[in-house]
Amino acid sequence: MSQDTDQTRLDYLDRPQFQSLLDVLQDAGFRCVGPQVSDHAIVFEEISYVGQLPTGMVDRQGPGRYTLKDTGTGRFFYWVSGPQALKPHLFLPREVLWQVDRDDDGKLHFSSACGQPQGVAFIGVRSCDLAALDLLDRHFLQGDYVDSAYQSRRQQIFIIAVNCARSAETCFCHSTGDGPQVRGGGYDLLLSELDEGFIITSGSSKGDEILVRLPLRASTNQQHEQVRQELVSAEQQQRSLPSTDLNEKLMSQLEHPRWDDLQERCLSCGNCTAVCPTCFCHSEIDHPGLNGMTSEHIREWDSCFTSGHSYIHGHVLRDDTRKRYRQWLTHKLATWHDQYQRSGCVGCGRCITWCPVGIDLTEEVAVICGGDAHG
Amino acid sequence: MVSVAIHKFSSCDGCQLAFLNAGQDLITLSNMVEIVNFAEAGIVDTRAKADIAFVEGSISTPEDLERISDIRHNSNYLITIGACATAGGLQALRNLANGKEWIADIYATADTISALPTSTPISDHVKVDLELWGCPVSTRQVFTAIRSLLFDVLPRDEHDKLCLECKRQGVSCVMVTQGIPCMGPVTRTGCGALCPRHGRDCYACYGPAENPNTDALGKRFAGLGLVSGQIAARFHFINSASPDFRQAGLNWKDKGNDG
Repeated sequence: MSQDTDQTRLDYLDRPQFQSLLDVLQDAGFRCVGPQVSDHAIVFEEISYVGQLPTGMVDRQGPGRYTLKDTGTGRFFYWVSGPQALKPHLFLPREVLWQVDRDDDGKLHFSSACGQPQGVAFIGVRSCDLAALDLLDRHFLQGDYVDSAYQSRRQQIFIIAVNCARSAETCFCHSTGDGPQVRGGGYDLLLSELDEGFIITSGSSKGDEILVRLPLRASTNQQHEQVRQELVSAEQQQRSLPSTDLNEKLMSQLEHPRWDDLQERCLSCGNCTAVCPTCFCHSEIDHPGLNGMTSEHIREWDSCFTSGHSYIHGHVLRDDTRKRYRQWLTHKLATWHDQYQRSGCVGCGRCITWCPVGIDLTEEVAVICGGDAHG
Repeated sequence: MVSVAIHKFSSCDGCQLAFLNAGQDLITLSNMVEIVNFAEAGIVDTRAKADIAFVEGSISTPEDLERISDIRHNSNYLITIGACATAGGLQALRNLANGKEWIADIYATADTISALPTSTPISDHVKVDLELWGCPVSTRQVFTAIRSLLFDVLPRDEHDKLCLECKRQGVSCVMVTQGIPCMGPVTRTGCGALCPRHGRDCYACYGPAENPNTDALGKRFAGLGLVSGQIAARFHFINSASPDFRQAGLNWKDKGNDG
């Protein structure tokens, strides 16, 4: 045993000690948000004790299909993904941006509705989710106009990432270069889960502060080897994209007959864009009080599958599903490169799973970029 | 002061409750506008002139035809509220059958009932300025419309699919997780995803959304095990006289007959 462990490397948390992580985070002032089973899916909600975690649950995913199964193992993170992860917590589905009040003299007074959010620790963030977060950051935080609502929440978060021990049938992050192993930074703590406990490492000074307060012991080389083997097996994914840069290829296929075929199948319901962890389109509406003395300016998620998305005075530019699906796919995989220097797809597969009619983005790309008009 | 009239045709009266259930807002409203006709609240002057007229119910009797014409004449801005006024309502199912036979099957003295063979939306007969969908409509919908008009702003048409609202509300899709046939992908938003939030499927009481792909959804329902007649019934349930749902239902009915 002695040659198998490195006593200077205190990086192992026994499973029965996992509650201590939640306790330390809460003691440090964080509200913990983690995976739970709700409405037949894994969702990220507030969590305060280990019993709320989806112990033993795995997700079976396919085009238009998501089911959970209890495997009976003790693992907390054996599932891969749910319909959402970080996005709805940082880029809220609906939020008041500002409010205006009219005083008795008829004068208008504007005020910001963005408050100071409490720190949130997200537990169980995947590699693809981190890649998506980086893309949301590029959109909301870089350039001349910083989104203060997003920024105020983004600055307060603490991320506990987890390596994927398995992939879902819909995952293709290995081909986009975004998983299943967490590489690079973007997290505060990183977990690799084994049956009996976790290898845990820090990725930031904030992470260091939490780590030193945990009841850690030394891990064994055998445990590291097992993590490595599970990651290798998670890399064996059934789906893939042909390249991380499809900009030229897709933009040269704007008249491909497959777009017409997609028009027949696609519901234009916007589910793919809502579950996509990098889609950021929104619309803004005003909600006046009945007496006309106050009004709220609200931002809410929109989608390139709505008519409002391409409405300009008196005219809808993308008036059919063919144009809308083409907009979604070519922006996500092609013109995103011009805007954000990489593809907008992180290979999480959510758009495949949560499409009610099971349209598979990887299959469509293969046909459109592969020159096979009939699929 | 802006005058508001609330009229009723063939309907269950449920949409008018959007006003009566408004609580404090109804009192605020009554201080801002003059309500000139609202039988359910006790104010009756059916021929009153009104700046804004809300119309509940469908046209299903010969008298309805005359009365809606008068109301249009007496109203500046006419808003239909609910599935009946906007799309003929549940009672429009008789348009797909022999209405006369149905009446004779149910009532002992069918010849004393004066009814048109069809139930039709208000817009089949007079110009409608705004349609508010729903079975029933909500207080939020009617009050938002009034507020916009008082600001001289055209009310926003909420015509996106329900799915987007489900996702905004963090509701996991019942069709994807449980294989329950849900009408959300072709149905207009406005209800706040009320049914899916309680774990059940949408049954399309808000009518067709903009750009609905009824063919693709019907095929998905078939894949989930529904037979043609059941799929037709999903489209024809509440808004059978709306062109998109009417046609989709008829197509699936035909398939059932072929099979």
